[in-house]
Amino acid sequence: MTLSTSNTPVRIDSPGRRIVKQFIEDPVAVVGLVLFVLVALIAVAAPWIAPQNPYDLAQLDIMDSSLAPGESNFMTGQIYWLGTDQQGRDMLSAIMYGLRISLLVASISLGLAITIGTIVGVAAAYFGGRLDSFVMRVVDLQLSFPAILIALILLALLGRGVDKVILALVIVQWAYYARTVRSSAIVERRKDYIDAARCLALSDRRIMFRHLLPNCLPPLIVVATVQIAQAIALEATLSFLGVGVPITEPSLGLLIANGYDYLLSGVYWISLFPGIALVVTIVAINLVGDRLRDVLNPRLQK
Amino acid sequence: MIVYLVRRLGQSILAIIAMAVLVFAGVYFIGNPVDVLINPEATQAEILATTQRLGLDKPLYEQFGIFIWNALHGDLGTSFVYGRPALEIILERLPATMELAVVALILSVGIGIPLGIWAGLRPNSLSGKTIMGGSILGFSLPNFWQGMLLILIFAVLLGWLPAGGRGETRAFLGMQVSFLTWDGLSHLLLPAINLALFKMSLIIRLTRANTREVCLQDYVKFARAKGLAGRRIVLVHVLKNIMIPVVTIIGLELGSMIAFAIVTETVFAWPGMGKLLIDSINLLDRPVIVAYLMLTVLIIVSINLMVDVIYSLLDPRIRLSEMKG
Amino acid sequence: MNPLLQVTDLQTHFFTRDGVAKAVDGVSFTLEKGQVLGLVGESGSGKSVTGFSILGLVDPPGRITGGQILFDGTDLVAGGEPALRHLRGKRIAMIFQDPMMTLNPVLRIDTQMVETVRAHEDVSHAEALRRAREALVQVGISPPDERLKSYPHQFSGGMRQRVAIAIALLHKPDLIIADEPTTALDVTIQAQILSELQTLCATSGTALIWITHDLAVVSGLADRLAVMYAGRIIEEGPTAEVIARPRHPYTRGLIDSVPRGKRHGAMLTQIKGMTPSLLKLPKGCKFMPRCPRADRVCEAEPSLVPLTSERSVRCFHPHDDAEEVLQP
Repeated sequence: MTLSTSNTPVRIDSPGRRIVKQFIEDPVAVVGLVLFVLVALIAVAAPWIAPQNPYDLAQLDIMDSSLAPGESNFMTGQIYWLGTDQQGRDMLSAIMYGLRISLLVASISLGLAITIGTIVGVAAAYFGGRLDSFVMRVVDLQLSFPAILIALILLALLGRGVDKVILALVIVQWAYYARTVRSSAIVERRKDYIDAARCLALSDRRIMFRHLLPNCLPPLIVVATVQIAQAIALEATLSFLGVGVPITEPSLGLLIANGYDYLLSGVYWISLFPGIALVVTIVAINLVGDRLRDVLNPRLQK
Repeated sequence: MIVYLVRRLGQSILAIIAMAVLVFAGVYFIGNPVDVLINPEATQAEILATTQRLGLDKPLYEQFGIFIWNALHGDLGTSFVYGRPALEIILERLPATMELAVVALILSVGIGIPLGIWAGLRPNSLSGKTIMGGSILGFSLPNFWQGMLLILIFAVLLGWLPAGGRGETRAFLGMQVSFLTWDGLSHLLLPAINLALFKMSLIIRLTRANTREVCLQDYVKFARAKGLAGRRIVLVHVLKNIMIPVVTIIGLELGSMIAFAIVTETVFAWPGMGKLLIDSINLLDRPVIVAYLMLTVLIIVSINLMVDVIYSLLDPRIRLSEMKG
Repeated sequence: MNPLLQVTDLQTHFFTRDGVAKAVDGVSFTLEKGQVLGLVGESGSGKSVTGFSILGLVDPPGRITGGQILFDGTDLVAGGEPALRHLRGKRIAMIFQDPMMTLNPVLRIDTQMVETVRAHEDVSHAEALRRAREALVQVGISPPDERLKSYPHQFSGGMRQRVAIAIALLHKPDLIIADEPTTALDVTIQAQILSELQTLCATSGTALIWITHDLAVVSGLADRLAVMYAGRIIEEGPTAEVIARPRHPYTRGLIDSVPRGKRHGAMLTQIKGMTPSLLKLPKGCKFMPRCPRADRVCEAEPSLVPLTSERSVRCFHPHDDAEEVLQP
């Protein structure tokens, strides 16, 4: 039995306002968002706020090799809060720069994958027929294989490099967006107003991007938050396995891999702290994504 | 049902052919196949001989035919490093990976489903929220780093378990397995837990969501109105309904576990085929890479096919409509 | 002798984010053995929640916050879950509104029937199966052996409701609570189910609470009617009298809005306005904003006042006993 609805008119908030209002009702999600903004700011500002440039060899002192957290440089007195690696590099600075590369790779690949996925998905839904079934076959085929396998094989064939990692992430991820966009666009496509827009002889492109696309945004945003966390983790994994970014541009994953060899001898900080930075970033995004999924899901709206 | 099975089988074969084309294209288009398939340290005469044997001097469609023909006969090339057929080397490593994946799957299902049901039945309780919070963490921890933490805690700090390797094995059904010896089991435990944790989080979340959905259904209320005990409602009425989506995911995850094992095997130096793949990538042993890929594709496609069959056996609505259709 | 069921001042409230919804607010009625009570009201009036409250099946955020439900002398509210579980399905059975949703889609009919038998009686599987078969025959499902091995989706809606009724009858209960059991069915099937259930209850002496929004359905079936509005009973009495001479303006409005054959072409009257939100109920008489007879007096809360030994009404300005509505 349903409780009857109110007979007094309710003030209707704009959707954006409602989403923000509901989002901030969950303190955990707000913490996640704040953390993520903080992480992003650190990544952007790394060259200006990092204690040293970890890749300027002139600033490194081999005497500082593998210092534990809190120890300081013998000469300058500079304190290494998170310790140093085997080359005497300040881990705090290395993490800030690593974060920068990790987020850069993830966000560029996210942007490209969303663009490609959206165009393909909307076109498949709008034109239907053979194009649609072909696209969906390819998407299904690709998604039936684990992302890490596809990325690993691509990079095994292509070799290392930031651009190659980005390419691999785009290839791995576009299918998720294509499927998401297509499934919401196809629901919208069947509605009468699209036929009406066609009768007005609006161009296909206009109908697709002005009418179909806005309706695909909520699920797209949810998938994007999940996928960016996945992309960051995948890039780190690939770099850890030695097929990702090159040593000259180390991301968090590569920093962790560098410290792996020293882990068993108790020099834990080289691996541990980049790992914590990585986890905080991913957890923050997942917390935001979890809340967004609840807020943007029309089925849960009462 | 038969019609359905035949149709699914056809789709699976199509998927394998598609992947074979892609692998072929990857090997033959990206770079010179002579470089890819022939040991760079080979002599000129060897290069010529292999070029002829693989038909690299023939037209492309003929080469593809030879590639498929050889693949069907189990010939996926010869390892540069070991000088033996690549497939043979991979198959030697298969039991270790399968053992790891299966044990991890059992762990993640055996722990994940009960925890997910518990959290789904009590979504607002402290225990339910704790389980969900834990699953977000398990979901977010990058697998390789999580493995390093496990090593740091249980091997380096506490010294309870070995940090890597496979330990003593014993023959079981014609395969060498670790779980029958104490030493093997202690080596198996950490990698299996590491591989299981991510999937466990996934299964917890899925089971919880499905449990909540099923609990709202009228038939659960009707079962209560019939006076059934809570245990029977959960174990029969709820469990049987959530098993349908959960089994689908579990099946698909077994395939991805074999791929995910690459990371775990690398971290724990577990001598499975994932570790072999990474070593081969580093050593540019391309025939082994190709063989790994083809074998994994075959395994994943077969698993997907099996999942579909189990799925249709579990859901009477599909089973019967497909039988008629 | 005790009545079979005596509900006194039942309160079932839903604690939602927007406030407390008093879905059932002070409902009292009695039911004798073998009697049929029609519980009538619009959606949101609290009639279904009343039914679920008796069996203790109110889902969170709702819960019974007060009152007494005496079943054969024992208080179900105070008894709690263990006591209730042994009554559910055994002495009090329930039939739900939507037969498409009440049977578990992945379990065979025999499983769902046998488990009901064995939940309350320690009998063998074969014996339980025999009972299930008997119950199916009773509700006119044939061939029962073949049907027992079927899954719910192989049945039509009417057949599924018959199965649900067969499950309800398995233990020959003293009371069946039927929550709009025919609303989701085709009209012809509705009539069949209705008359079958009536016959089955009459022959076995089972009391019945028939929850419905449809006065026409219940008028031919119930011994007594209780009309609910906004969580309260606003009029109660023998069916024939309530239908012929409704005293409460709301009941009268309900009866006037049912189309009747002999007044072909006449305008149907309707009750103006909408059922109020349970979160924002008016002060005083809850029907006042929609009532043609309301005045200042109605700003106070009326109580359910007995008019005769059989009838009571919750209204300051009830219709006169002489004002008979036109009969079909």
